[in-house]
Amino acid sequence: MKILVAVKRVIDYNVQIRVKEDGSGVVTDNVKMSTNPPDDNAIEEAVKIKEAGKASEIIAVTVGEEKAQETVRKALAVGADRGIHVKVDSILEPLAVSKILKKIVEKENPNLVFMGKQAIDDDCNQTGQMLAAHLNWPQATFASKIEVKENSLEVTREVDEGLETIEVNTPAIVTCDLRLNEPRYASLPNIMKAKKKPIEQINASDLGVDTNPRIEHIKIEEPPKRKAGIKVASVEELVQKLKNEAKVI
Amino acid sequence: MSVLLIAEHNNKEVKSFTLNAITAASQIDQDLHVLLIGHNADDVAKSLSEVPLVKKVLHMDNEIYENYIAENYTSAILKHADKYSHIVCSANTFGKNLMPRIAALLDISQVSDIIKVIAPDTFLRPIYAGNAFATVKSNDDKKCITIRPTSFEAAETTGGSAEIEKVDAADKTENTKFVNREEIKSDRPELGTARIVISGGRGLQSGENFKLISDVADKLNAAIGASRAAVDAGYITNEHQVGQTGKVVVPDLYIAVGISGAIQHLAGMKESKVIVAINKDGEAPIFSVADYGLEADLFEALPQFLEELNKLNTIQK
Repeated sequence: MKILVAVKRVIDYNVQIRVKEDGSGVVTDNVKMSTNPPDDNAIEEAVKIKEAGKASEIIAVTVGEEKAQETVRKALAVGADRGIHVKVDSILEPLAVSKILKKIVEKENPNLVFMGKQAIDDDCNQTGQMLAAHLNWPQATFASKIEVKENSLEVTREVDEGLETIEVNTPAIVTCDLRLNEPRYASLPNIMKAKKKPIEQINASDLGVDTNPRIEHIKIEEPPKRKAGIKVASVEELVQKLKNEAKVI
Repeated sequence: MSVLLIAEHNNKEVKSFTLNAITAASQIDQDLHVLLIGHNADDVAKSLSEVPLVKKVLHMDNEIYENYIAENYTSAILKHADKYSHIVCSANTFGKNLMPRIAALLDISQVSDIIKVIAPDTFLRPIYAGNAFATVKSNDDKKCITIRPTSFEAAETTGGSAEIEKVDAADKTENTKFVNREEIKSDRPELGTARIVISGGRGLQSGENFKLISDVADKLNAAIGASRAAVDAGYITNEHQVGQTGKVVVPDLYIAVGISGAIQHLAGMKESKVIVAINKDGEAPIFSVADYGLEADLFEALPQFLEELNKLNTIQK
């Protein structure tokens, strides 16, 4: 069984976002970048499945600028076998990314595609579901547990009401939740080994996919600031303030 | 053209977030139709028809819709998509799972999680965990939109009398099977719509200690939330998680207890009207968004808080 894992390079989750003054976007120069956190869970799950003897090959793929390769390299360092970097110069919408990934799936014929449930930059939560639609494959989103069966997966999904379990026939798309597993760190020897693993580069423009944006970003601005609060000295004072000043209890 | 809203329900009742989505959808276009896909859900159809903002209910009833499967919903919705300028639903796990599948098959670039309707093609949405707001304009002919329910008031539920039209079922997928759902029943208000939310974090140190939170929640008729750290540590189940990838809440009062205030947690609660933080670390980032901060050991502060509340006896239910 072959597993394709899609990873995205995003601003690190610990970075305090700064909005550009001209309203064109957020500051990315000299900002720490890393792999989108739930994409790390997607890689980890694929590696665990391979370690359990249920997968033969893991391919990590990313769509992005030159430096996006770093995320593929990191995936190789924790256990992916080879990488694919689809080069684009602009930021693509999930619809375009899903069309590119469809081309990669057609080329590689994986049985499973894993990715994070949501990217923490645009917070769109679309790509996996869109890829499933393009391929007419079943989708199992927000997975917190995956059980590999003969020709299917049993997936536990985190939903608003609690947990839901579905069974999807393979080939299938799974989008991964942060609670699916605990991503491992790459060891130094594995980081060195990963440098020798192949990463194929493909230009998005060679794939014959329409990647033109459909959505215009008119303005990016800072959210309204909360007015500064106060510290109270005691529980009594807190309750009095909530009752008499804020009038919420 | 009109707006088609996809209802979320359990064949007995409409889920409350659908009512918030109805408000937003009616701001896009007043000719609002609701598609109800279910099985033996006549009561749901009737209650939707009584929502004054709803102009028509399309009711698709078939046993294949007993449980919500995105693939089955998608083929059902695509049968009707032609007649509508916008297809919308709530941006909770229901709509997030569903809408991109529809959008992709219609070749539409979806606009996720809008918090404001500026024009029928222009919307405000948070990005980077709510640390930036983007004004976006969709240039697709047809739009697929998901709506952040807590950013819109719930629609009135009585007084309307929309027509209910029965429509035929669509194809069923053979590749996805519903197995089961573990729903935790609670008498407390729902986290997403509660007027008061009290949340616990890693500072609680154990699942048993969440009793300190639930005692206060009982007193205030509040919902119980949690940080991701508390859920990861197994103190409480996942449906309580508040944050960027959990639930977004906008209560009148949010009480964060033993929560440091990571960016990802703030994304889920910082629009709350009044925020209280109780934490023994005076430097914790949660204090930067708190209207009232109490630097204290929660194991002393929470029992005292309950005692003070008991003295008040004027708690609104």
